[in-house]
Parts: sequence; structure tokens; C-alpha cells
Amino acid sequence: MTRLPRWADLVLVPLISLALAFAISALVILSIGQNPIEALKVMVTGALGSSYGWGYTLYYATNFIFTGLAVAVAAHAGLFNIGAEGQASLGGLGVALVALSLPWPHWGIALPAAMIGAALFGALWAFIPAILQAKRGSHIVITTIMFNFLAAALLNWLLVNVLRPVGSMDPASAAFPATTQLPHLTDMAAAVGIEWGRNTPANISFLIALAACGLVWLLIWRTPLGYEIRAFGRSERAALYAGIRPTRIIVIAMMISGGLAGLMAINNVMGEAGRLLLNSAEGAGFIGIAVALMGRNHPVGIVLAALLFGFLYQGGAELALWTAIPRELIVVIQALVILLTGALDNMVRMPLARLFGAR
Amino acid sequence: MALPGTQATAPPAIELRGISKAFGPVQANRDISLVVPAGTIHGIVGENGAGKSTLMSILYGFYRPDAGQILVGRRDAGITDSQSAIRAGIGMVFQHFKLVPNFTVVENVILGAEDGALLAPSVSRARKELRRLAAEYQLDVNPDAVVETLSVGHQQRVEILKALYRQADILILDEPTGVLTPAEADHLFRILKGLRDRGKTVILITHKLREIMEITDNTSVMRRGEMVATVPTRETSPEQLAELMVGRKVLLRVDKAQAAPGTPILELSGLRMVDRAGVERLRGIDLTVRAGEILGIAGVSGNGQTQLLDILGGYPEAGAQVTGTARLAGRTLPLSGTDARARRHAGIGNIPEDRQAEGLVMDFSAWENTVLGRHRDAGTALMDNDAIRSRAAAQMERFDVRPRDPELAAKNFSGGNQQKIVVAREIESRPILLLVGQPTRGVDIGAIEFIHRRLIELRDAGAAILLVSVELDEIMALSDRIAVMFDGCIMGERLPDATSAAELGLLMAGASPSGIPPEQGQPDPDEREPAKGVI
Repeated sequence: MTRLPRWADLVLVPLISLALAFAISALVILSIGQNPIEALKVMVTGALGSSYGWGYTLYYATNFIFTGLAVAVAAHAGLFNIGAEGQASLGGLGVALVALSLPWPHWGIALPAAMIGAALFGALWAFIPAILQAKRGSHIVITTIMFNFLAAALLNWLLVNVLRPVGSMDPASAAFPATTQLPHLTDMAAAVGIEWGRNTPANISFLIALAACGLVWLLIWRTPLGYEIRAFGRSERAALYAGIRPTRIIVIAMMISGGLAGLMAINNVMGEAGRLLLNSAEGAGFIGIAVALMGRNHPVGIVLAALLFGFLYQGGAELALWTAIPRELIVVIQALVILLTGALDNMVRMPLARLFGAR
Repeated sequence: MALPGTQATAPPAIELRGISKAFGPVQANRDISLVVPAGTIHGIVGENGAGKSTLMSILYGFYRPDAGQILVGRRDAGITDSQSAIRAGIGMVFQHFKLVPNFTVVENVILGAEDGALLAPSVSRARKELRRLAAEYQLDVNPDAVVETLSVGHQQRVEILKALYRQADILILDEPTGVLTPAEADHLFRILKGLRDRGKTVILITHKLREIMEITDNTSVMRRGEMVATVPTRETSPEQLAELMVGRKVLLRVDKAQAAPGTPILELSGLRMVDRAGVERLRGIDLTVRAGEILGIAGVSGNGQTQLLDILGGYPEAGAQVTGTARLAGRTLPLSGTDARARRHAGIGNIPEDRQAEGLVMDFSAWENTVLGRHRDAGTALMDNDAIRSRAAAQMERFDVRPRDPELAAKNFSGGNQQKIVVAREIESRPILLLVGQPTRGVDIGAIEFIHRRLIELRDAGAAILLVSVELDEIMALSDRIAVMFDGCIMGERLPDATSAAELGLLMAGASPSGIPPEQGQPDPDEREPAKGVI
């Protein structure tokens, strides 16, 4: 009946959800006999208190921006892409094949090629669930979940049996040539005379992620294709009436989504690891769902939410390192944030709407 | 507001005193007082958004009023929810039936009123009671029929039976005739009169003034949340009621010049459509619509009109097989392998039957909706949103869309203004053929007048218009020729001046005047017995 003002919807609801998540986390930390204030201090200093912390926070955030955008584009078409994890893994394969196939003279040439490889593999991995949904009505949630498992199994087999260098005991590809190493943000800062974030993995992919945000915004809100994606996502019958073909929109939206998820691999595989490891995506695909939910499927919101989750990842790692709080508890805190900002969104929204309606 | 002496002697069945209800800043009901004498049929009319539904929802316990009192039989009824409304003897028949389709009639009737842990005793008791009610009120329905196999008219009787089974003395019906054939509506009216004659009180909410005049004893008119008048029906006229509803003089007839039909624009021959389930929905349609004329298609909904419009609009339902030939302005129009975009390019405009599901993306702003279906026409890589916005604002001005805010989401406009957005978009695309489905369904009187005028203007500008409506009055008022559809066939064509509602009603029910029965096929499951009560 009553609607929230836009600012309350965009700012107040996520902030209150976040505060609730932290409050409950504090109770959990208290209950195991630790000091929550101390814990928060460790997290904030560890993730945001130094350029070193920021270097990691931004690195994680880069992953989450790509997967968050991926989930958001599909969501605009009314599709719930749970397969960003698998698509990001396949993107890693694309990057590895590109990086290992040619003696790249310079990263500036290798990067565009790797981006094409990453996006193409991610998009193709999303294409199969998309075409199954469009033509046969197989539910995209089910198929994308299954394709996560298929991706894990496929990469497992490839890394053990095909890509593993002879004599290596490690299920990983050979290291990429040094010429494909992407410039880290540290190097770029140093080039302009600033010492920033030494020994951190944040790299040029962060800037590419920001550029991707701009392009997604342009696509969704400024192009006829974006109009069709949104129209289809909100009303399939109105889309049919408007001459928008469902098959086409489902396939295109899912391939863009998969491509964005795949692009994440330039950050973690090319920018950080320098070779393809087992389970390279490390759950970033699932975090992307929470990021998109919390960011309201808008690029600006996604950047902010990705930074938050980057902070939680890096701060959580610091917490495990410096306090007696076990690693598992950090997962609990992250889960609480996801639960309250994503799944329990209405718990905050409805009382707030009543409050605004009562005025 | 007091009623004349004749009615005042009867004790009131229900009395409302100073009912007010606000939703946020919107005052849906303002200080409403109303006395409904027992044993009468009381009509309530008003435009959409006048507050009729809110008032009835308060009466049935869905909403609690901010102020005011409800008295049933001179005592405060203490209505807090629908259970207490039922206990007070109030029964409600909703516009959209609340029946479980795969339950039998008797199961639906006892749903929520079962007594005891075992079902069988309730069922047998209910069956006996149903037979008694059926005999008393002409409410014949087989208690063991499964509801989804019944015609719409029979389903409505089940709803009435449900209320009577719960010992309702006051029956509220919300737009009960919207889905009925004229004959079914007549039968409903006989039932309602029977109920009144046995002392029940009936409150009838409708926007059809003809029905008000036909069966009500008293009529109340609502406008903008207020009760503006309550009058004995025989002392008023449709013109007066319409004026009270809108607050100004309204033309109930459409002024139009004689049509000047030109060359054939749409020619259909032998159009057939078999849906995915193998049911033949269209069984050989032959039609011609000429430039500068309006061809009206009358018929009870569900007889193939929707399928006809969807095929012509370029989006037949999935898995449908369409055969036959169609020509648009002399050129062959492909019936398969096409889409709505191609149809628009060919010059076909389309005002769809369901504006909320098809004609608009409800979450989109008004300006975004003004290019729905034509969003690629500019041919540029990026859409020029500023230009679309300003064109939308001008269009809303021309079609008097209120509020005049292009940024407002379509869902936040009233039904009439939503329809104006659709009508504006389709008319201003200058179609050579305009498909129009239920143009004024759920649209208030003022907007109906406006939309009708625009359609006539388009006709006079030389466009061909194919009009589908279940409102016979609308068909009669607008059409230059009338074709009647029943069970996927055209039953015949008539000229509006040379026919009557009764004759059209007969054709709509499938009675063939020439004595040749219509080709027998599998009837639409929704309309299995539309002819009942006519022949």
C-alpha cells in the first residue's frame, strides 16, 4: 500500500540490514567469549586501515563486481543465474588457453585476447542452460546449478589429465609466460610516484571492472536491447505484444551474463595466480548473487556492495590471523550479511514502509 | 439522503453511519452514510476509483474503517473480519470468483463451513440444503458437478449458493454481469428478484446503468469517495445517474457521421487456428474490414476473439497452428513465422484486450511505455531518452492523461489513464488497420467518451478498425457493421441500425437464425453451456 521514498529504498534499507547483521554477529562473537568491538577493529584496520589491506579488499571486490554484474544482467531479464560460479571457472579456462597458446610479447596484447577467451567461455557455458530454458522450458535455476557442478568436474579432469605439466604433482596448469603478467595497482601507483599497496594482488582488472559497470549501465538503460531485456523481465506477455522474441532475449541476456562472470578470470587467474588452479573462482559466483541483490541490480549499487564483501573477505582473513575467533565464524558473519541484505530484505523493508506510511 | 416514505417504513437491513477510510493521502471513503431497507435491491454506481470497492470491502470486513459505524438490523454489527461479516449475515459474490476449480459444487459450498472432523456428514447435509435452495431460488446447479466444467453463469450461481448456505440475508454482488451473456444476465436478475421477494436484501455494484434501471429499487451514486445521492430508481434516469457519477453532463451516445468505407484493408478468408491441445479455436473466419469503417465483433468472451486478435497482432499462442489467408491492403499477410514487430511495420496498430498484462509494462514509466513495440524504430544504437520523454509529455497532453507525469510508473495510473496511454501510442502511430480489444473495460465513463471519440476520429481519417468488445452497448454505439462470433465461427453480420440487442444476443449464444446449426466442434471448456436458457 505504502511505498518507500527512493532514498530510503536505496540507502536506508541496506544500511539497517547491515547494522542488524553486524549486531547479530556481535552477539555470536560475545557468546564464544570474544570481544566484538576488538574484532570489528581488527577487521577495519586489516581491510581498510592500510594500503595493503585496501589492495586485497579491491582485489576481492573486483571479482564480486564482475559476478554481481553477471547476476544483475540476467535478473533484469527475469532470469536467476545461479551459475556465475561455473561460468567464472570456465572463464578461467579460457584465459589459461589463451595465455598458454601463444608466446605473447606484451600484456597489452595478451589482455584483450584473454578477455575475449574468458568472456567467450563464460558465455558458452551460460548458453546451454539458456537455450534449454528458451526452447524446452528447463528451469534456469536448476540447470545453472547443475552446470556449476559440471564445470567443477570438467576443470578437475582437465587440470589433472590435460593441462598439468609433465612431472608436476599439483593439479594446476603451467605458469603463464611472464609477459602476460598484468600490471598491479601497486605498479601503476608507483609509475606516478606513489607508494601504495605493496605485495597486493589488486591489478588493472579493477579498472576494467569499473568500465564494465559503465557499459552495463549503458546497455541496460540506454540501448534498445536493454529496453527489451527489461521489458521481457518484467512482463513476458507485454514483451510478446511488443514483438520481442523470448528465445532471443533469454539467450542474449544469459550469454552477456555468462560473459561477465567469465571475465572475472582476468582478475583472479591472469592478474593474481598466473596459472589456472583448481577451484579458481572460490565462491565468488555465489557472492555475486548477494552483491546483485544488495546493489539492486544497478552498477553503482553493485560496486558499493562488492566493496562491502571485499571488506568482509579481507577483514575476515585478518580476523582469523590475529584473533582466536575461528575461521568458521567469519563465514557465519558473511552469511548473516547475505541473509539480512538479500533474503530477509522484506523484514526490514515492511516495518520501514509502515513507518513512512504512518507519517 | 432520506428515502421517501414508502421505503422508510421497512426496517433497514443495513445502515452505514459516517464511514471514512484513507489509504495514505488518498481518501477512499469520506463520511459515507447509507440506509439499505430490507427486502430491496440496492444499486451502487460510480466511476472506477469512486470508492465502491473500498466501501464493500469494509462491509465485508477486509478493511476496517478509520471512522464510522456499521449497523445490521439496527445493531452494531462489530465487523472486524470476513468471519464476523458472515456471522452478521452478509454474503459477497466477487467479480472474480473464489472457487476451487477442481472441487465439486458441494465441496466448494462447504469449504470453510465444514462441521466435524469427517467430511461425509457435512457433504450429505450440504447436498440436501443445496437442493432446497435450488428449488426455492431457481439456482439449479448439479451439486456433484466439478466447478471447472461449469459455465461462467453456473459458477456464479455456486458463489450465490455459498453465501446462502452460510445463511446470508444480505448479498453483495460486485459487477456480476461482466462475464455473462445477455441471457445469463437475465437469468441472474430473475434469481435476484426471487431473493428479494423472499425477504433477502441485495446490494448490486455495477457500472452498467441499464442494469440499475432494470432491477434495482434504489440507487446510490458515489463520486470521489463520497456518496453524492441516493434515489428511488424509478424516479431517476440513466442520464441523471451518469451526470451524478461524473459530475458533469455526459453524452451516452457517440456522435458520429455516416461512415464512408473505401477499399478493403483487411481481408480474411478461411482463417483457422488449432491450439497446442488440439482444440480448434477459430473455425474458418471470413471477414473484410474496409478503410474508414469500424467492424465490431460481438460475442461472449472466450469464443475465439482473443485468438483472432493475437494472430492478427503477430503473436499467436505458442504451439498454435494457423491456416487460411490474410491480405492487408491487397498484399498477402503471412500468418506464421512472423512477429508483432513485423505487423507494426506493415501498418497494424494494436490496442490489446488486457492493457495491464500486454499493452503496458506496468513497472516501466509512462514515457518508456510510449515506445513499447516501437522502441527500435529510431534505428540508433542508443535510445534518445530525452526525445522520447518530451514526445511522451506532448502525447499525454493531447490525450489528457492524468497525472501528466511521464516519469510515473504505468501501474500508478488509474485504469482509464493507463488505457489512454495505450490508445495514444497506437493511434498516433497512424495505423492503416487498428485492432482494438475491449477498449473501455474497467475504464470510467469520462474516459470511455474520450476513447470512443478518438476511435471515430481515426476512422474518419481513413483507417480500418476491427473492434472486439463484450460490451454490446459499445459494439452497437461504435460499429458501422457488426459481426457476431460464437465458438470460433462468425454467426452472421448485421448493420447496427437494422438489428437489436435481442437478435445479437441470440447469435452470441450460438442460435443460428437461418436454421442451420453451427458446425459442431469441441466447445471452449469455459463456455460449455453458453446457450443454456436461450433456446
